[in-house]
Amino acid sequence: MELIIQGIIKAFDLIISFDPEVMGITWLSLKISGTATLISLFIGISIGTVVALTNFYGKRLIISLINTGMGLPPVVVGLFVTILIWRNGPLGFLEILYTPSAMILAQTVIATPIVMGISLAAIQNLPPNLRLQILSLGASRLQMVWVLIKEARLPLLAAVMAGFGGVISEVGASIMVGGNIKGYSRVLTTATVMETGKGNFDIAIALGIILLLLAFFVNLILTQIQQRQNPR
Amino acid sequence: MNMLTVQNLIVRRGGATVLDISELNVLQGRILALIGPNGAGKSTILLTMAGLLKPDQGKIYYHGNPIDSSASRSNMRRSISVVFQEPLLLNASVYKNVALGLKFRHITGSEVEKRVDESLEYFGISSLAKRSAKTLSGGEAKRVSLARAFALKPELIMMDEAFNSLDPPTREGLMEDLRHILEKTKITAVLALHDREETLRLAQDVSVMDAGKIVQSGTTAQIFNQPDSEFVANFVGTESILEGTVNSSSGGHMAVSINKKAIEAVGDCSAGQKVYCCLRPENVTVSSQSEQIHGKTSARNVFEAKVSKVIRQGFFYKLMLDCGFPLVAYITMPSYEDLEIAEGKTVVASFKATAVHVISREK
Repeated sequence: MELIIQGIIKAFDLIISFDPEVMGITWLSLKISGTATLISLFIGISIGTVVALTNFYGKRLIISLINTGMGLPPVVVGLFVTILIWRNGPLGFLEILYTPSAMILAQTVIATPIVMGISLAAIQNLPPNLRLQILSLGASRLQMVWVLIKEARLPLLAAVMAGFGGVISEVGASIMVGGNIKGYSRVLTTATVMETGKGNFDIAIALGIILLLLAFFVNLILTQIQQRQNPR
Repeated sequence: MNMLTVQNLIVRRGGATVLDISELNVLQGRILALIGPNGAGKSTILLTMAGLLKPDQGKIYYHGNPIDSSASRSNMRRSISVVFQEPLLLNASVYKNVALGLKFRHITGSEVEKRVDESLEYFGISSLAKRSAKTLSGGEAKRVSLARAFALKPELIMMDEAFNSLDPPTREGLMEDLRHILEKTKITAVLALHDREETLRLAQDVSVMDAGKIVQSGTTAQIFNQPDSEFVANFVGTESILEGTVNSSSGGHMAVSINKKAIEAVGDCSAGQKVYCCLRPENVTVSSQSEQIHGKTSARNVFEAKVSKVIRQGFFYKLMLDCGFPLVAYITMPSYEDLEIAEGKTVVASFKATAVHVISREK
C-alpha cells in the first residue's frame, strides 16, 4: 500500500514539476500516435467509403477481413513490420528500424483497419436512398461522396477515438520496431514497461497516470465536437 | 409535346423482371400520376426515368435526345428533381438542406438566398429556416424536402408517394399547397400515388401499373370513367363490379342480366356477350320506399334493396346493399338520418343507365 501511495506522490511530483524527460516522452507519444491516427484516417475513411459504396464480387469477404483487422494483435503487427523493415527485408533500404518512423508505420497498420471498419459501417448505415437523393439534386459523384462522409461525421469521430485509443495504449509493436531508445523512441507505454521491470513503480505509476490523462483529454475534445448539437 | 419518353424498358432485379414498360410518355406541362398497388414498380420506373437507375434494356429520350451514357444521364439529372418517399434531409439546418442542390450546381451568393427564401415561402416554412432538420416533424420534413426540390427550378419534378405516412390534416394541407404550386410554376410532374383521392385532385394524366407493367394510360377522366379492365376498375374505386350477360342490345341501349335481374346500360355489346357492369357508388341514389311510390326518380334502373352493412366514412356513410346483386352506395349524414337507415332495412336504389360502365369480359 505504501508503495502505491509513494508512487502516486512521486507521480504528481513529476507531473507538476514538468520533468523534462517525462514531458519529452509524453510529447513523443502524442506525436507518433497522432501522426499514425491521421494517416490511418486518410487511408481508412477513403477505402472504407469506397467499399461501402461499391458492389463487387467478394465484398463480404473483404468486409470480414477488415473487421478481423480491427482486432489485430499489436505484437503480430510488430513482428511483420520488423521483418519488413529489417536490414535484409523488402523495405530494408529505408533504414527505419528502431526509429519513430517505424513506430508510426506500425501504429498506422494497427489503426487503419479500426478506422476503416467503423467508417464502412457508418457509411453503410446511412439511409439507402440518400445517395440517390443527393445525386438527383445534381451532385457529381465526388460531391455525393463528400456529402455522405460529412453526414456520417458523428460515427466517423468515433472512428478517430477508437483509432487513437488503440495506438496510444499499444506497447508490443512500439517496443519491437522502436526499440525504446531513451530520448529518441521511448514513449509512455514502452517506458512504463521498462520502469515496471526495473522496479521503479513510482515512475511507472506516473507514466500510467499521464497516459490515462492524455487519452481522457483527447477523447474529451472529440466528444465535445461529436455531441455539439448545433448543425454546422 | 413529349418531354420524356421511355420505350421497351426492362429492369431486372435478382433474375426477376420488375419492370417491363413498352411505352410511357411524360407530356410537357402536364401532371402525370402513376398509380398501382405496392410493388407495381412505381418507384422503380421513377428512378429509371430520373436517370438514377440504369435499365437492363430499353431507351429513354429526354426532349427527344437519347439518354444512353453517364454524361447524358448526369446532364438530364440537372434539369430534374426527385422527391423520395422519406424526406432524406441532411443533419444540418433547414436552410442548408434547401440550398444543397444549388450548391452542387455552383450557384452562389444572393441567388442562393433568393431561391431558398422563395422556395421556403412557397411551402409556408420560412420560419423554420434556422431549425436543425433533425428536429422537424414528419410534415415539416416533407415540406423541406419538397422546398429543396423546387428551389432548383426543375423542368420536371418526380415525387414518390409524396403524402405517405402523413396524418390526414397535414396531408390535406400539403396536397392543397402542392396543387397550387404546381399550377403556379407550371412545372411538369410525375407523381407516384396509390390513393384515388390524391390522383383525382392532382393529376391530369394517369398511368395504372400492375406487376411492373402499365395496364392503362389516359387522362384522369378516361381512367376513372372508362377503366378497360377489372383490375383498373377495382383500383380506381368503382366499387360495384357486377358480372352479367347482355340480353338484348339495340340503338346504343342494352339490357344486361345480372343474377336474374335486368340492368339498363348504354353501349353496344352484342347479345350473349359476358360483361362487367361497373357502378360508382356516388352515382347510386338511395331513397325510401314511399318516395318511390310517388314516382320521384327519372332513373332507368330502380331496385328494391336490403341494407346489408353500414360503414361510416367520415362525413358520409357507405352502404352495402343487396338488390339480388351486391351494390355499394354513398349517402350523406342528413339523408342517412332522414331515411332512418339501419342494417336489414329495405330501401330503394336507383341509378341512370348512363352511370353504368360496361366492360366486356372476354378481354
